[in-house]
Amino acid sequence: MNSPAESTMVAEADLKSRLMHRFTHMLHSNWKLLILLIPFVWLLIFFLAPFFFVLKISFAEYALKSPPYTNLIEWADEGVMQIRIVVDNYAYLWEDDLYVNTYLNSVKIASISTILCLLIGYPMAYAIVRSDHTTKHVLLMLIILPFWTSFLLRVYAWMGILADQGLINDIIRWFGFEPIRLLYTETAVYIGIVYTYLPFMILPLYANMEKLDWTLLEAASDLGARPTTTFFTVTMPMTIPGIVAGSLLVFIPATGEFVIPDLLGGGNVLMIGRVLYNEFNSNIDWPVASAVAIALLLVLVLPMMLYQHMQGKEAETQ
Amino acid sequence: MDINYTDRPWMDPEAEPFIKIQSVSKHFGDFTAVDSVDLDIYKGELFCLLGGSGCGKSTLLRMLAGFEYPSAGNILIDGANMNDVPPYERPVNMMFQSYALFPHMTVEKNVAYGLKRDGIALKEVNQRVEEMLSMVELSQFAKRKPHQLSGGQRQRVALARALVKQPKVLLLDEPLGALDKRLREQTQYELMNLQEQLGITFVVVTHDQEEAMTLSTRIAVMDNGRFQQIGTPTEIYEFPNSRHVATFIGNANMFEGRVVENGPDHVIVKSHNPDCEFYVDHGMSIQEGSKVWIALRPEKMKISKQAPDNDTNSIKGMVHDIGYLGGTSTYRIQIEGDRILEITSPNQVRPKDGNPPIDWDEEVYLSWEPSSSVVLTK
Repeated sequence: MNSPAESTMVAEADLKSRLMHRFTHMLHSNWKLLILLIPFVWLLIFFLAPFFFVLKISFAEYALKSPPYTNLIEWADEGVMQIRIVVDNYAYLWEDDLYVNTYLNSVKIASISTILCLLIGYPMAYAIVRSDHTTKHVLLMLIILPFWTSFLLRVYAWMGILADQGLINDIIRWFGFEPIRLLYTETAVYIGIVYTYLPFMILPLYANMEKLDWTLLEAASDLGARPTTTFFTVTMPMTIPGIVAGSLLVFIPATGEFVIPDLLGGGNVLMIGRVLYNEFNSNIDWPVASAVAIALLLVLVLPMMLYQHMQGKEAETQ
Repeated sequence: MDINYTDRPWMDPEAEPFIKIQSVSKHFGDFTAVDSVDLDIYKGELFCLLGGSGCGKSTLLRMLAGFEYPSAGNILIDGANMNDVPPYERPVNMMFQSYALFPHMTVEKNVAYGLKRDGIALKEVNQRVEEMLSMVELSQFAKRKPHQLSGGQRQRVALARALVKQPKVLLLDEPLGALDKRLREQTQYELMNLQEQLGITFVVVTHDQEEAMTLSTRIAVMDNGRFQQIGTPTEIYEFPNSRHVATFIGNANMFEGRVVENGPDHVIVKSHNPDCEFYVDHGMSIQEGSKVWIALRPEKMKISKQAPDNDTNSIKGMVHDIGYLGGTSTYRIQIEGDRILEITSPNQVRPKDGNPPIDWDEEVYLSWEPSSSVVLTK
């Protein structure tokens, strides 16, 4: 028979192997979970944590110290914890017309830009899908090509094109007309946003149209629908997922856009991205800047949730 | 004598064709899909375009629908030239191979789509949709979306959608292709009944010769953009005009030979491999010594263990394989020159002790009637 010492050793080894076994089993059965866990942790660290920092700062007050805001939690005498939450920053956003107007203006510019992108991008995506194999790849390449140059550089290039002494006005003068003011106007901002975000409209539309069953269009035509009727009764309803995806991909970043209104709009176009930048860097009012950021997030979360809802609904029907 | 042409309008010399296809060609770049074809289809026919893939049958159908325009020639439907008429103005409707049901619309809306395009009052639209759905027995599925239906139900929606507009011609592209065998057979007869009931001219494209044989009043066999033969199923099967048609429609044992005797009421053809003489009981306008082919259908031959009385119209061979199909058996008989012939024979006698009347590796004689062999010149 085994001695007691021996049997404990055996038991220990047994336990170890059992644990190992259980661990590998868990790994095998939950590998999907593990794969999901990695991006989840990533988002937690690099997105959610900073978000909570910003949220925290938005409830603090400006203070002449470094970092320039008060702490939410303070330890008073005798170990009493004090929590100070200030909602003044949000109230300030609401009370000051500047912020409300800027938000509205941002949403307006983003909305109009989205519609312009859709009007330009939809026929482009359609043409790409309908062209033959080799042309299709060349055209798609051309859509993606601008991304190979820095975004900032491309906006600077537009400054050169739109300036009073720029390319467009040179051409206008050459024809003998009066030059027009383009740079530092709202038009310039629209041109910049539509130019920059057009690929984000075209690509999801392309992906959606690529899956479209073209015999449906023939069927509509066969049943007596003229081309325009076919478009509104078949093509468009079938491409709604692409339209929604493309519109959100343009609308969301366009609303918070900073570089384009700053460089092409100058001081004449108010957008929330610029206000945020000014609060943070010029006024050094971190709490108000944070409140501006959180409010912007709320403005943007709404359409995102709408999109999620629609995607869920679509998944249900298929 | 008064002949009744109602079932065979193509025999009536005075009948006016409903669809006229006049030297129609279609080129795609260098490729000729349809090569200068002529065809008349009469009112109330169920006409089949039959052929393998790439033979031009679908292109011809698409030209009737208006999705393609002829490179040359004319297409007339009910007397009107269709060359410049877009699909949405043609008096034809098509049932697509994939059905092409609108996935974002309910069954009801799919069927109503065509009527709404014609600007028909909503009340009448609803009534006609209802009638059509009850005819194809889909009334209880009116509110469903296509993806909630089975393949057979979708096929019936597609049919209802095409028929509800009461077209002059219904075009069907492989109508039964996507259905399983059982459903296909059932639907086949439903289609025929429907066609008879409505009196609409059907033009069907199919690659399935069995489907074409059961469905159609007439068949056009297509190959390489041309018609090989146009005729009733019986004509095409019993009197094929070429080796291609004979082997494409059903099976045929083919023998190469030369005409050795050409009488007024008979022709004798001699083949060398196998060494065999074929006596055919009809005269032909053909020169003695010219090269011909003899086609023999598997079911037209008799299989027997006893030698027949004379050498003409018979071949000796050995049973190589037996395919027992219940009602019939297919025998593969090895003859001289290592050739294999196929014979089908009904199993009329129930074998005793389970022993088949003809067994593997047995010596057998194949024989046939003088009227059974078909002489082909191309």
